[in-house]
Amino acid sequence: MAQQAGETEFTLDTAAELASDEPASTIRGRSPWYLAWHRLRRNYVAFAFLVLFVVVLAACALAPVYASQVAHSGPNANHVLETVKVNGHEVSVVSAGGYIDKKTGKPCTVSGTGCELFSAIPIGPTWFSAGGKFVLGADANGRDVAVRLLYGGRSSLVVGIGSTAICVFFAVILALLSGYFGGWIDFVITRFFDLFYAFPVVLLGIALGSALAINGFHHFGINIESGSLWIPTLVISYVLVPYVGRPLRGQVLSLREKEFVEAAISQGASPMRVMFSELLPNITSSLLVFFTLIIANNIVLEAALSFLGAGVQPPTASWGTLIADGQNLIVTRPWLALAPGIAIVLTVLSLNVFGDGLRDALDPRAKIKIEH
Amino acid sequence: MATFLVRRSIGAILVCIAVTFVVFLIFIVVPGGDPAQRIAGKNATPQNIINIRHSWGFDQPFYTQYWVMLKKMFGGNLVSYTSQQNVLTQIVQGMPATFSLTIGASIIWLFFGILVGVLSAITAGRLSDRVITVLALIGISMPVFWLGIITRYYLAEGGLVTWFPDGEYVGITQSPVQWLSHMILPWLVLAVLFIGFYGRVLRGNILDTINEDYVRTAKSKGLTPRRILVKHVLRTSLIPIVTLFGLDFAAVLGGGAILTETVFDLHGVGQYAELSINNFDLPPIMGVTMYGAFFIVVFSMIVDLFYAYLDPRIRPT
Amino acid sequence: MEPGGALMAERLLEVEDLSVHFATVDGTVKAVDGVSFELERGKVLGIVGESGSGKSVTAMTLMGLTRDVNAHFGGEVRYKGRNLLELSESEMQGYRGNEIGMIFQDPMTSLNPVYRIGEQIVEAIQAHDKVDKRVAKRRAVELLKQVGIPNPESRVDDFPHQFSGGMRQRAMIAMALSCNPDVLIADEPTTALDVTIQAQIIELIGRLKDDFNSAVIMITHDLGVVAEIADEIIVMYAGRVVEQAEKRDLFYDPQMPYTWGLLGSIPRLDRPKPERLHSIKGAPPSVINAPAGCKFRPRCPHAFEKCVDEPALENRVEKPGHLDRCWLDVEVKRALRDATISGDTQEAA
Repeated sequence: MAQQAGETEFTLDTAAELASDEPASTIRGRSPWYLAWHRLRRNYVAFAFLVLFVVVLAACALAPVYASQVAHSGPNANHVLETVKVNGHEVSVVSAGGYIDKKTGKPCTVSGTGCELFSAIPIGPTWFSAGGKFVLGADANGRDVAVRLLYGGRSSLVVGIGSTAICVFFAVILALLSGYFGGWIDFVITRFFDLFYAFPVVLLGIALGSALAINGFHHFGINIESGSLWIPTLVISYVLVPYVGRPLRGQVLSLREKEFVEAAISQGASPMRVMFSELLPNITSSLLVFFTLIIANNIVLEAALSFLGAGVQPPTASWGTLIADGQNLIVTRPWLALAPGIAIVLTVLSLNVFGDGLRDALDPRAKIKIEH
Repeated sequence: MATFLVRRSIGAILVCIAVTFVVFLIFIVVPGGDPAQRIAGKNATPQNIINIRHSWGFDQPFYTQYWVMLKKMFGGNLVSYTSQQNVLTQIVQGMPATFSLTIGASIIWLFFGILVGVLSAITAGRLSDRVITVLALIGISMPVFWLGIITRYYLAEGGLVTWFPDGEYVGITQSPVQWLSHMILPWLVLAVLFIGFYGRVLRGNILDTINEDYVRTAKSKGLTPRRILVKHVLRTSLIPIVTLFGLDFAAVLGGGAILTETVFDLHGVGQYAELSINNFDLPPIMGVTMYGAFFIVVFSMIVDLFYAYLDPRIRPT
Repeated sequence: MEPGGALMAERLLEVEDLSVHFATVDGTVKAVDGVSFELERGKVLGIVGESGSGKSVTAMTLMGLTRDVNAHFGGEVRYKGRNLLELSESEMQGYRGNEIGMIFQDPMTSLNPVYRIGEQIVEAIQAHDKVDKRVAKRRAVELLKQVGIPNPESRVDDFPHQFSGGMRQRAMIAMALSCNPDVLIADEPTTALDVTIQAQIIELIGRLKDDFNSAVIMITHDLGVVAEIADEIIVMYAGRVVEQAEKRDLFYDPQMPYTWGLLGSIPRLDRPKPERLHSIKGAPPSVINAPAGCKFRPRCPHAFEKCVDEPALENRVEKPGHLDRCWLDVEVKRALRDATISGDTQEAA
């Protein structure tokens, strides 16, 4: 992003010629991937955000360590009736509720305008003053929010990355089949894409997610119980296949007309060979960019579905369900909703920025961008 | 043009039929277990389930089931067994709020999306472009429901200030001023994501178009930079934006703004679906899904017609 | 301008020691380095070179199309006595299209696909002449007729995709000439066209030059294109002028081995048929790290010790005004050349 921002598009195609006309000796041995890597390496902002994403990944992977070593709690462990020492004082994890002033978040002495009844008020963030317990406070069930945040991140990342992998896999297969064979295969596949374009993504996700949430999926020898993480993963990957497949099909279609493909076919290469050794390598750069950006998109979609109750099912934590839990307590404990939201924004932003940098690096046009 | 229209309309009708079949698959065929029990909702009595099995024809072959579902949907007889309310009536009741949200937000996001895209493209590489790029990426990265919850709490519920009324929808006929003040925050929240997205797309389109040969030709004719930008660069850069806008507008109109509606309690079509999820009350979700698909099909037809008008190369002769 | 000029031809353009350098991440690109030439009314100047030789950058610099924060200019481009390099961007707009017109290589992409041909010509006219739309459109029809578009009254309302490649290039020419510019720059105007159309377009440009009483700069990588039409030819290599002569002298007495290569790659009927067409071995040099000395040295089959110093562009033959950059002795060179171009002793050379 910043690299791209630091450069001006240089508009003369003749100068592009000039820039590409390097002596044969120095061109040799520089694959497009090397050049892309070379450009990406200079993009420090993209790299910084990649590091951020890796940090988020690592933190979520280490959730059990944090839970057992720091917070001494589990993701679903209930501490409603317990107390915790904060700066030496015993404090209940969940206090009795009462009327709370919606403006100040303080208890009201009399019920009246601006006051609302809350059945229970969990402990707020202790910021390590309780020895690592309830760093971000507790939720209404007395569960440690910091622990749930990390475990929730695991669900969100598993669903986000898993659904992207499945989605991209099927989208690539469909795009290759459609673009290579054309004819009725292409017709059927594009109609399939068109059909799913006709549904608003969130609504289709909700429809599938809620329909499957009741009894799970039991067909073709596949048995998925309701409540499984597979349900949101498959729902999201399925819903997005057309959105990845359609642009990829366009690319395959234009590659299909290129001479090197004609040449391979005329040399007797089998369709499989043409699709996987000629066409696939040429869409790999788009795939990489897609992959990054679709993970970002799917993390947000997962959060949305879980927030609405059609994704990850309680008690399993995910960033979406955590926001839903936090919404009810936002007046007294805003951090319950703030923390998972910030986690999503940071993760998704890191992927978006890195994906942007990746696209700039892989886009051949970036070659003639000139730095000040 | 007439044949194009007829062909496109037939296509749209076919897609609508296919959509109903997909809805049938999603709700009746694909999920495991007894469809009657699913349709009946959470707190159904055994007698309810038997009645539903009979009235939906779940004891009949699947084509009868499909036909029954079509009759129920298009005859306006789709009923939620949890609340005993007619789904169509509920959807119609939600439409004013959904339409208000969509139209207002789309004006905001289209205007600012174009502004942001043009500004960052013409200052490409400079500080303003960098700032806009960062803001746009942050906008794209924020889940809309979270932004809604946070802004509602801090700006409407008194977390920081109370500049806006706290959620709910007020009809425009009831009180235009109240309507406006209730809509502003939802409009802005819904528009944020789209502004960022449109801005990024347009910026990319403009920077691609600037490198086109015909822009160089325009320059070599001695045109002013402003005329080149407006007549030659923007004219072509905006064509893909028109397609995007048409489909996004339709999706939001068709209940795609379910999250924004829910967070701000607007009681629109989307929120009707959301309220049904918690009870696993499927008929409303079926109805809303169908309703949303209908808008997208109609709008994608309009977009195609408009596209043909904008790009003479694909104009039918 | 020199006095007593009724008989003297009017000098429209004087380019003096022009250099165009671009700052890039990989270093400074010396796209054009010390180029000088003059252009008189009624004349055709051919600029010939491979891609990357700086010929297009030279042309676009005359139009002010290379202006960019990363571009640095040296020398002067005097049009009717005014240095165009010193003009502000808005002053330059008054020259583009109005004083200097330009047509480009690919007529398929050089016309805006979403506007009618007529609209695009009218736009060019109205950029400089304050005439109303009807008058401008009538002039557009007239111009289309002049460039040989059949039925111009109805074709003026066509979109570019309804025109064939040759017709689009004719429309481009009509557009470039719409404000009666004194200089027409044609940047590879025939490269993207069918061979049969190429000759027609060249012929058209030559005829219109006389009709409009203007001068033409014809840029090409193909000496065959300028063989008919040019009066004087400049050969460019790696941003430098390496040979400059009247057309006749360049074709019959070329001095640079590079020019021989260009000439040798044209199939000719008037010479014995060679085994195969001559080609210049190797790739054009980097304009970022150009070799020291003669730029052509790494690819030149006749390079010797002296070539590590770059020769000046100067007159070395009997004919005045024929300039080149080659250290070889003229007589030795002529012998080597005849062997090379006729082809049969190419390997020996």
